[in-house]
Amino acid sequence: MSAAIEFHEHADEEDLPAWSLPADAVDRIRVPVTLPEQVTREWAWGGSTGAGVRVCILDSGIELDHPLVGRVDRSVAVLRDEEGELQVLDDAEGDLCGHGTACAGVVRALAPDAELTSVRVLGAGYKGGGEIMLRGLQWAIEQEFQIVNMSLSTTRTKYVERLHELADHAYFKRVLLVASAHNMPVESFPWRFASVISVGSHEEADGLTFYYNPTPPVEFFGRGLDLDVAWLGGGTLRCTGNSFATPHIAGICALILGKHPDLTPFQLKSVLYQTASNAKEAA
Amino acid sequence: MSDLEAAVAAGVLGADEAHRALLQATVEVARAIFGAKAASVFLLDEEAEELVFEAVSGEGEGELIGMRFPAGNGIAGWVLTTRQPLVVDDLSADTRWSRSQAESTGYVPKSMMSVPLLVEERALGVLQVLDRPPESRVKLREVDMLGLFANQAAIALDLLQRARRARAALAGEGRLAPLARVAARLEDDENDAAFELLRALERVLREQP
Repeated sequence: MSAAIEFHEHADEEDLPAWSLPADAVDRIRVPVTLPEQVTREWAWGGSTGAGVRVCILDSGIELDHPLVGRVDRSVAVLRDEEGELQVLDDAEGDLCGHGTACAGVVRALAPDAELTSVRVLGAGYKGGGEIMLRGLQWAIEQEFQIVNMSLSTTRTKYVERLHELADHAYFKRVLLVASAHNMPVESFPWRFASVISVGSHEEADGLTFYYNPTPPVEFFGRGLDLDVAWLGGGTLRCTGNSFATPHIAGICALILGKHPDLTPFQLKSVLYQTASNAKEAA
Repeated sequence: MSDLEAAVAAGVLGADEAHRALLQATVEVARAIFGAKAASVFLLDEEAEELVFEAVSGEGEGELIGMRFPAGNGIAGWVLTTRQPLVVDDLSADTRWSRSQAESTGYVPKSMMSVPLLVEERALGVLQVLDRPPESRVKLREVDMLGLFANQAAIALDLLQRARRARAALAGEGRLAPLARVAARLEDDENDAAFELLRALERVLREQP
């Protein structure tokens, strides 16, 4: 009897189809149909505060006790140990330059109850930046954050393949990567990958205004102009840049996942598409 | 392309100043277009992890060239590491940055546009435009324009660095220095025997595995 139960439990986890779908397995992969006929903003995030959604800020750290950021659940940093190996260690340095705090403040303003975790990959010297970013991203995916905000990119082609693999891995693990696009004539990553949500800026002053771009690779435009963002020393700084448009989209995603935690990254992207400020109902 | 080939192809042995002039022209045009108090280009010294003033127009012109500060710090530092342009208005709110910058340059700007200088996959430095007119609110079109200036400045900076590497390779005790001296003599002397020897050397090198 106990063996049968064990077998049954085992079967539940292991007998899910991987590479093909036998007829008798169809019942085992019934998935919830969560999208209504017309996806509205009210349906998507009405009443949501982002509660229960774990958001990772992959950046320069987050200043602790900043009034515009509030609670930070955990702070880690990617550091080299004495043997030169990269380690992810708990970190009490806060923010080394203000950029991560600014991004965290934007997410917090939109999704007040989201859980924030800081992964510090910037600001610890210029060298080895790409390796440190990759290690931090890998850790964030392992930790299964629902959203990872990446207001940064690399132009180093030697990292592209590994970064691409990580982005695809994240996509299938339901870790949504929200990445800043470039408005310069250079190739940079990961924002160019289809498995992430890439973000540029619009000029309007409303944080919930965002646009779908029908001519990617920049897929969405978030608020990125003239923002008072959280900065070092508990203060604010008036800034413009895609770095801050990105956490706006991340914050909206946190609201949506707070209400619909089972959405996959591709469903979430569809919900963003249908609730974008330029989306019109078909006539 | 090797540094020597670059040197020969571009005839850089006297071109350092021309590239510097191109960089200077870029910051001057950037400053004029944005109506700014100053514009500058910083070169990243990767070895020292420092940013070096390479061209300045406006406030600090003529005094700041060659001045260094740590690449990991400040707004220029993170523009470099995030590869993302940033426009900051009202820098007085950022006390940490203002103090360190004031100490090193003697000029504390109120606003700043910063953009990384990228050539292919390398980040070479940062272009900054300081203190646009206070009434001019930044528009995204300006950020895009800044990106275009950055592209131009990056190309100039790349040329300048190549010229310097080539000069270092060909000058003084550099391993290729005799080649440069030989080339100069050959041009001056028109020595047939020396040309014959040079062709022989080329054959030897070609026949080596």
